[in-house]
Amino acid sequence: MKVTNSMRTIVDSRSVNEGFARVTVSTFASQLDPTVEELSDIKTAVSEAVTNCIVHAYREKSGKIYISTDILDDSIVRIKIRDRGCGIDDIQQAMEPLYSSLGGERAGLGFAVMESFMDKIKVRSTPGKGTTVTLQKKINGKYNHD
Amino acid sequence: MKTEFDNKNKFLFVYLSGEIDHHSAIDIRMEIDKKISQLKPKKLILDYSDITFMDSSGIGLIMGRHRLMQSIAGETEVTNVPPKMYKVVKLSGIEKIGKVSVKQR
Repeated sequence: MKVTNSMRTIVDSRSVNEGFARVTVSTFASQLDPTVEELSDIKTAVSEAVTNCIVHAYREKSGKIYISTDILDDSIVRIKIRDRGCGIDDIQQAMEPLYSSLGGERAGLGFAVMESFMDKIKVRSTPGKGTTVTLQKKINGKYNHD
Repeated sequence: MKTEFDNKNKFLFVYLSGEIDHHSAIDIRMEIDKKISQLKPKKLILDYSDITFMDSSGIGLIMGRHRLMQSIAGETEVTNVPPKMYKVVKLSGIEKIGKVSVKQR
């Protein structure tokens, strides 16, 4: 699949940037004329991925979160969210709904939301090195009612 | 983001507005928990009418308050969840796992 347009942004792992990240990505994806629901799905999934970088990957320390968004042929948006944090030891367990290593205020739904709100999710992680989450969604859009 | 409270006969109504994410949830949680410990309500009603965005932090917020209310033998209800936000609520299964009743707008 050919990339027709792309955007890169790097933010510090500060929680105040969660809103910035989801709005930036969804604004960029707006060129595909998504429906309100599609846009909301993208915002929610990005918010979960970026929150994971802040609360899990970097925990008490601070680091950079690398976000790239590609527009592919056929109205597909592909978002990569990468950190150089602690990595995930057991990806399968991390992706299990309602599992959270932090407990308490975290619902353990981050990956479940990403999986259900996007078409595809790929998680690559190396303990001690970092994690890349790739999210993909086809935008059917406002003008595609067939 | 503004959180308003209304306390009637041991029923604590909390009117939330704006966006709930991991960032904003921290302050919202502290405000609500302060009120709960002051007023010791029988029932906590979280009104999501004016929520414009929420991710799973909005669910964590409910679950955490539910646990706190249980510790003082109180109940929790979530009301007026806008359709756009209901998708996360449905996915969470919070209506089934906890004794939290969730009403859609």
